[in-house]
Amino acid sequence: MSLFDKIKNGLARTRDQLRTRIEWVVKGKPIDEDAFEGIEEALILADAGFETTEILVASLKEKWKRGQIKTTEDIQTSMIEEVEKLLLPIERHIPTDSKKPFVILTIGVNGVGKTTTIAKLANIYRTSKKKVLLGACDTFRAAAVEQLEVWAKRLDMDVIKHTEGSDPAAVAYDATKAAKARGIDVLILDTAGRLHTKVNLMEEMKKIKRVITKEVEGAPHEILLIIDATNGQNTISQVKTFHEALNITGIVVTKLDGTAKGGFILPIAHLLKIPIRYIGVGEKMDDLIPFSARDFSRALFGDKPET
Amino acid sequence: MAMFEKLQERLESTFKKLKGYGKLSETNIKDSLREVRIALLEADVNYKVAKDFLEKVKEKVLGEDVLSSITPGQQFIKIVYNELCELLGKVNKPLDVAGSPPVPVLLLGLQGSGKTTTAGKLALLLRKKGRKPLLVATDVYRPAAIDQLIKLGAQLNVAVFSLKDSKDPLAICREAKAYAMKNGFDTMIVDTAGRLHIDDGMVEEVANQKKFLNPRETLLIIDAMTGQDAVTIATAFNEKVGIDGIILTKLDGDTRGGAAISIRAVTGKPIKFIGVGEKLDALEPFHPERMASRILGMGDVVSLVERAQEVFDEKQALDLEKKIRKDEFTLEDFKDQIKQMRKLGSMESIISMFPGFNKFKGTIDFSAAEKDIKKTEAIISSMTRREQVYPHIIDGNRRVRIAKGSGTKVQDVNELMKKFMETKKMMKKLTKGGLKGLQKQLLSK
Repeated sequence: MSLFDKIKNGLARTRDQLRTRIEWVVKGKPIDEDAFEGIEEALILADAGFETTEILVASLKEKWKRGQIKTTEDIQTSMIEEVEKLLLPIERHIPTDSKKPFVILTIGVNGVGKTTTIAKLANIYRTSKKKVLLGACDTFRAAAVEQLEVWAKRLDMDVIKHTEGSDPAAVAYDATKAAKARGIDVLILDTAGRLHTKVNLMEEMKKIKRVITKEVEGAPHEILLIIDATNGQNTISQVKTFHEALNITGIVVTKLDGTAKGGFILPIAHLLKIPIRYIGVGEKMDDLIPFSARDFSRALFGDKPET
Repeated sequence: MAMFEKLQERLESTFKKLKGYGKLSETNIKDSLREVRIALLEADVNYKVAKDFLEKVKEKVLGEDVLSSITPGQQFIKIVYNELCELLGKVNKPLDVAGSPPVPVLLLGLQGSGKTTTAGKLALLLRKKGRKPLLVATDVYRPAAIDQLIKLGAQLNVAVFSLKDSKDPLAICREAKAYAMKNGFDTMIVDTAGRLHIDDGMVEEVANQKKFLNPRETLLIIDAMTGQDAVTIATAFNEKVGIDGIILTKLDGDTRGGAAISIRAVTGKPIKFIGVGEKLDALEPFHPERMASRILGMGDVVSLVERAQEVFDEKQALDLEKKIRKDEFTLEDFKDQIKQMRKLGSMESIISMFPGFNKFKGTIDFSAAEKDIKKTEAIISSMTRREQVYPHIIDGNRRVRIAKGSGTKVQDVNELMKKFMETKKMMKKLTKGGLKGLQKQLLSK
């Protein structure tokens, strides 16, 4: 299956809903004001958020008034264009070749799938013949370390860990040291899930970051925020707050398969402009795929990838 | 954020325009309804649910004499609020564990919604009520999920049933039931693997677990941050498996939790509990009127007072009062006070529970205030016990040492000492003359 097909399958539900709604609204009728309200409804239902939806719909309306939109297909084409334009600036990949060891610090609220994502990421790097080391900095949640260890065993790589309840910054320190000593290419640090509103937990995160910087200059090279596509408008608050506290450099969106509403990537691109690195479209190991503005916009609204 | 004020402001201005009309009509309240719609959508209330809801509000508004009120905007919001409470279920429905033991309670939900943690919280709650719960681990898929439940059980001192080598959730349920009967457990809390509602195979698996267990309560665990899809998730689980109630998790964040309305509206099932923190006692009964305030962004004073009551120790408070009366209030007590305050949460989270939070937002630098408190704590912590109890012995030399030890400047220490002395003086006056004494003092200034 090509990458595009994977995204398409993952976003099938969102897309179907969007298209049926738009078609239902517009089909057989001349396009009028009501049609745009229907499009607005479809976008909001896809979690695109009120503000971004308003802007997208306004630009469509503008085109319609100028006579550039006449049919349902025109709306579809215009949507794809507008969304791709919106997403293109946030299509940037993690520059793992730029440093050695390249240190990735992952963060996110509880239950977004951090540990699973780390396993998938580690697998990607391992496949491209990089030496990968994992650091188990989630010392809070019961059995989080064990969870990472199970993955490491399957992927045949090492984990740096301490006991449950120990200082996560100390684990980060040891892991960074070990990465240097062992000639590791990519070090990925798992951390405990934390709601972005908890001041003390954000402070803990800053401490982890400081410790890493002290050990390797310029590290962590990537502060990767993992967000759950099932979450609604709160993702915006998550991205904003984590960014203010830690200067995140990239985002991975998980659980985009089947259930999710891919639309919330739009306000992230529109309001926050932080690169989306990967999207998770399934439970299998290779279901974490690089984000592509072109594929994503087409998978969301259209059928064929343009070649 | 600051949503509610924005909403109120916008509503007042749309109604101002309407004043001249004398009578509300379908067409002239369109703008007001739109404002409420935006508020609901921004809180993640499902689009269709919001639409139906506003239809109802419209009828109510047109039937009532809103315009003659001095503040029609507020009147309008009151109607919205009442309707929201109505929709959310009016009163709290408690957990039902009646029946012959062992009473099964089945938890299900998507990946990462917080099932395992909630299972632990429920077990603690039941144990506190004098029941003897058994946690049953049937998540055979996620790595270390069973270990997680076993560890939680150990922390809570609640028994956990698991079969290490079994990959069959149904078989685990069967043996757990026999085990519970034999060992006198009266409730079984069955944790299940996270699953997508559209994954038919997995949904069937949990449906079979349900068929076998015949649980008194089948509870859907759902993340309060869930977006528009909450409706689809809840409907699917309710239709394919059947649920009796809902537990909403992760409400300690800043989500407005519109998902609550959506789920309630489409399933008609009560929300029984809300998860409000990572600690295992952070599970509260659901209160519709508080949720309604939250969704509209109105603040939540009731919860704040409750939280304060929990955190503050009555005996400690009495001791403190005595100390103040005898003029024995020390820097050590001062530090304890700060610590207790901190237990309530960050300053911003406390303030945000007040209605009208909007006015503070942006004008107060919370992180700076937060830093100030930390500095004070650090300074006091760098004093010896003797210095904390007998602050008058703190001379210049000691101040230099304290400043060094706490990473602050001598000026900071000086300022703190001054503040403390003033506070103490104030307290003395308060206790001596009571309220009258204080009034007198204030008037004389």
